[in-house]
Amino acid sequence: MITLEYITLGTGILLMLMGIWGLVTQKNLIKIVIGFTLVDTGIHILMVSIGHIKNRTAPIIDDAVNASEAANKVVDPIPQAMVLTAIVIGLGITALMLTFVVKMAKDNNSLNVSNFKSLKW
Amino acid sequence: MVKKLLLLVLLAGAGLMFWLGVSDYQVKEELNPIASYYADQGLEETGAANLVTAVVVRYRGLDTLGEVTILFLTASILGFFLIKGNKKETFRDSSEILKTASRLLEPIIILAGVYVFVNGHLTPGGGFQGGAILASALILSYLANPTDGISKTLLKVTESFSGLSFVIIGVLGIVLAGGFLDSTLLPAGSMGKLISAGVIPIIYIFVGLKVGSELAGIVTNLKYAPKNESE
Repeated sequence: MITLEYITLGTGILLMLMGIWGLVTQKNLIKIVIGFTLVDTGIHILMVSIGHIKNRTAPIIDDAVNASEAANKVVDPIPQAMVLTAIVIGLGITALMLTFVVKMAKDNNSLNVSNFKSLKW
Repeated sequence: MVKKLLLLVLLAGAGLMFWLGVSDYQVKEELNPIASYYADQGLEETGAANLVTAVVVRYRGLDTLGEVTILFLTASILGFFLIKGNKKETFRDSSEILKTASRLLEPIIILAGVYVFVNGHLTPGGGFQGGAILASALILSYLANPTDGISKTLLKVTESFSGLSFVIIGVLGIVLAGGFLDSTLLPAGSMGKLISAGVIPIIYIFVGLKVGSELAGIVTNLKYAPKNESE
């Protein structure tokens, strides 16, 4: 039976595969960066869905979740906090990659990865 | 043909690897011990109703400081690589629609961002999310008015001031309370109120300001005018 968990896990894996496909096949530098961010997003979805627990709610204590029974009502807060960190790190990496793309494009007047010969042997 | 076949093999292999990793995944019924400790004691120890905030700012506050440092490092490297030349930057005039709409939307977006990071210890959200919303308002203003929209000096000053305040609060925790970034520096207050949870809201306000100004700085820096452009 297809449950919510398998849908989210499958989505995460699919996004990662799409990202790998983009990394391998695309020639445009910006599209390669997009492929990398797709892998990133897939991993985030995977991590959050691993922290999910059946029939539970968000880890916020309020009228719906009493403090005394929070451990029996909420999902795991740690993967969510980790993903929050991972998103910010991913943003930093993306910004750095875009910086290099801007620099390379200005220096060589091209965005096509085949035109960069200096790293080929 | 061979290339396509290799690609197919690579994707199938990666897919198989990921799938083997999760195929016998059992949906959990119970929290693991450390998560249930956070759920049970988190509110009492930190006063933050949002347990994710309790984990991010209190239990793993040092990670968050590192995260903010990485963001700062990114902005610095970006500024290092994309040094602006003396050449006068030229911009195409932005459209009337964009200018008018940005004047209308900016205050609302900034208000939403501030709301999200001020309430980070009570509702979903927090410094990073609110900072991102704040940055979107600043970037909108930059797009509508690239030459004299936002002051880059103000961005830099806000960023440095917030980062420094974050570290100072952490060090004050060593001196006045239980340790680095200890949230019991201020009284915990009553749960669910805006002013509660010790220093967590204050830290999140600084994180929000820092992230907002940093993201806006990153985007404005990516408009790059090289020094020796031969035109």
